[in-house]
Amino acid sequence: MSNIVTPIPLVPVVDEPVSEVGQLSQWTLMRLRFARNKLAMTGLIGLLIMYFLVFLGPFVAPNEYTFQNSDYIFGNPSQFTLTSPDGQFGLFMYSTTTVLDQNSFKFVVTTDKTKALPVRFFTKGDPITVLGFIQTDIHLFEVDTPQRIYLMGADSIGRDMFARTLIGGQISMTIGLIGVALSLLFGSVLGTISGYFMGLADDIIQRIIEVISSFPSIPLWAALAASLPPVSESFSALNRYFLITIVLSVIGWTGLARQLRAKVMAYRSADFCMAALSAGGSDARIIFVHMIPNAASHIIVSAALSIPGMILGETALSFLGLGILPPMVSWGALLKDSQQVSVVVQHPWILIPGAAVIITVLFFSFLGDGLRDAVDPYSI
Amino acid sequence: MFSYIMRRLGYMVITMVIISVLGYIIIELPPGSYVDAEISRLRQQGGNLAPEQIAALYQRYGLDKPEYVRFGLWVSGFVRGDFGQSFQYSMPVSDLIFGRLGLTLLFSFLSLILSWGIAIFVGVYSATHRYTVSDYVITILQFVGLAVPNFLLALVLMVFAQNVFKMQVGGLFSAEYVNAPFSVGKFLDLLNHMWIPIIVIGASNTAWLSRVMRANLLDVLNMQYVQTARAKGLKESVVTWKHAFRNAVHPLIMVLGGSLPGIISGETIVAIVLNLPTTGPLYFNALLQKDMYLAGAFLIFLALALLIGNLGADILLAWVDPRIRYE
Repeated sequence: MSNIVTPIPLVPVVDEPVSEVGQLSQWTLMRLRFARNKLAMTGLIGLLIMYFLVFLGPFVAPNEYTFQNSDYIFGNPSQFTLTSPDGQFGLFMYSTTTVLDQNSFKFVVTTDKTKALPVRFFTKGDPITVLGFIQTDIHLFEVDTPQRIYLMGADSIGRDMFARTLIGGQISMTIGLIGVALSLLFGSVLGTISGYFMGLADDIIQRIIEVISSFPSIPLWAALAASLPPVSESFSALNRYFLITIVLSVIGWTGLARQLRAKVMAYRSADFCMAALSAGGSDARIIFVHMIPNAASHIIVSAALSIPGMILGETALSFLGLGILPPMVSWGALLKDSQQVSVVVQHPWILIPGAAVIITVLFFSFLGDGLRDAVDPYSI
Repeated sequence: MFSYIMRRLGYMVITMVIISVLGYIIIELPPGSYVDAEISRLRQQGGNLAPEQIAALYQRYGLDKPEYVRFGLWVSGFVRGDFGQSFQYSMPVSDLIFGRLGLTLLFSFLSLILSWGIAIFVGVYSATHRYTVSDYVITILQFVGLAVPNFLLALVLMVFAQNVFKMQVGGLFSAEYVNAPFSVGKFLDLLNHMWIPIIVIGASNTAWLSRVMRANLLDVLNMQYVQTARAKGLKESVVTWKHAFRNAVHPLIMVLGGSLPGIISGETIVAIVLNLPTTGPLYFNALLQKDMYLAGAFLIFLALALLIGNLGADILLAWVDPRIRYE
C-alpha cells in the first residue's frame, strides 16, 4: 500500500483569517435566531420558571396540599394589603372568620378588614417533602396560625387550591413530555422503516396510521384509559401515570412517523445518501449517521409542537374522570370539581387550574413556533 | 375521477375492517368480561343467580366460544343491525345511539361550516393587514384559541352567560319547552341553545384554520403574478380574492379531512359540560360503567363518520386539483 498518492490541493492553502460570520455552525445560527425571537424566549423562560415553581411546590405553597381545613370549605382567595390597620407598612393578610349563615345554613368565610396579620417569609409551617427527599417544615411564606394563606382559595373540602395547582403541575407538566418522548421513539422507528425500506412494511404502517387517525382522539384515548386497572395495592399510582403516557402516545406517534417518513424518503434520493450507499455504507449506517442527524432538527420541532396537544389530552381525560384519578393530582383532575356549573358560578376560583393549563400550552406553542422558525437559519 | 373514487372506496373498506378489529379489541380490553360485570350487578339487585342463568348469559354473548368466533358474531351482528345489548340501560345499543349520533354530526357539521367561514375571512384579513394592530390582536386570539381546552371555554361561557346575561344555558331546550309540542317558539329556543356549543366546538378549529389561511395567503401574495395583477391596475380586492385567494385556499381543503377528528372529539367532551343529548355524555358514561358494547358501537360509528368525511374531503380535493386524480 505504498503507492497512495497524497492529493495535491488544486488551490494553494493560505492561512488567511476567515471572517467570523461565515464560521458559525448551523446549531449556533439556530440558537442565535431562536434567541432573537421574543415570543419564543418568553415561552422558554416562562416554562423554566413554571417548572421551578412546580417542583419546589410544597415549599412555595404555604399549606400542605392534602391538608383539609374544615373551617375553610370553598373559602375565597386571601386578600392582602400593604398597610396594616394600625398604620404599619409591610405585606399583610386580612384575617378571615367562618360563620354559619342563618339563611342558607351554610358556613360562609368572611374577610375581616379590621384585622391583618403580617406575612412572614421562610418560616415554619406544615411538614413537607420537597423534591421527594428533603424533609422540612420551612415554607416560602406563611402567616401565624391558626390563620392560613389561601392564594387561590380552597376547594370543596377546604384544601389549598394554590398548593394543589402546584402539585398538579408536577403531573400535568411532565405527562406531555414523557408522552412525546415515547411517541418520538415509536414514530421515528416506524417512520424510518416506512420511508427507508418502503414496500410491504410501508403499506402496513401507512394503513395503521390511517386507521388510528380516523378515530377521534379523545374518545379513543378515553376508551384505552378506561381499560386501565384502577389504582390499588398491586397497581401503583405511578404505574397508572406511565400507562396514561403510553395511551397518549398511541395516537401521538402517527404524526411524527408521517413527517419522518417524508423526510427519509426525500433523503433517500439525495446525493449524500447515494454517495454513502455507493461507498458501501450499511443500511444502519446510512440511517443513523446520515439521515437521522439531518432530520434531527425537524424531529425536535415536531416533538415540541405536539406537546400542547398531549397536555390538553391529559387535561380532558382527567376532567372526564378517566385519566389521572384522585388521590393523585393533575390540573385536569382538579378541574373535575368544576363540572357542576352552579358550583363554578359561586366559587369561580376553582377554575384557576384551567388558567395554568392555558398558560403552559401557550408557552409551549411559543417555544415550538420559535424552534420551527429557528431550524431553518438560512431563510430570511 | 370514477376510478379515483373507486380506489378510495376500496381503501375505505380495508380501513373499516381494521377499525372493527380494533373496536372489538377495545371492547374486550377491560379486565374481566362484561358478562361478569353484569352478573355481579344482577346479584346486587336480586340475590343469587342460578347456574342456568349464568350459563344462559354466557351463551347469549358467546363467551363459551373462542375469540374469533365471538368477533365474527359481533361483526355479523353489525350487518343485521344488531350491535349488542347495553347492560346499563337494558336496551339494544341501536335504540340508544342513532338519535345521539345524528345530533353529534349535526353539531360538528355546523361548527365546521362556521369555523371555515370565519377562518377564511379572518385569515385573509390578517394576511392583507400584516403587522398592523388588528393582525397582532388576531394572532394573540389565535394562540389563545388553540391553548384553551374546549370544555373550559364552555364552562367559562356558561358562567358568563349566567352571571352577566342571567341566561340559562345547557341542554337543547329551556325548561318550559322540553315537553312542549313543536312550534316556532320551540324552534327559536333551540337556536338560542345551539349557538354556544357551535362556537365552543369550532373555536380551536377556527383559530387553527385562520392561521393556515394567513400563512398560505402570505406565501401567495409574494408571487410575481400577484405583482403583475397589481401592476396592471386591478383593484386590491380583485387581486386578493380572484388572484391570490383562489391559489391559497387549496391547502385549506387539504386539511379539511384532518380537522374532522378534532371537531368530533371536541363535540363529545363539550356535550358533557353543556349537557347536550349527543354522543359524549352517553359514551363516556358507558366507558366509566364498563358498558363496553355501547362504547364500542359509538367508537366504531364515530370512526365511520370520520371515514366518510375524509372521503368527501378527498373527492372535493380531487375535484379542485386534477393532479391528484391522476396520481
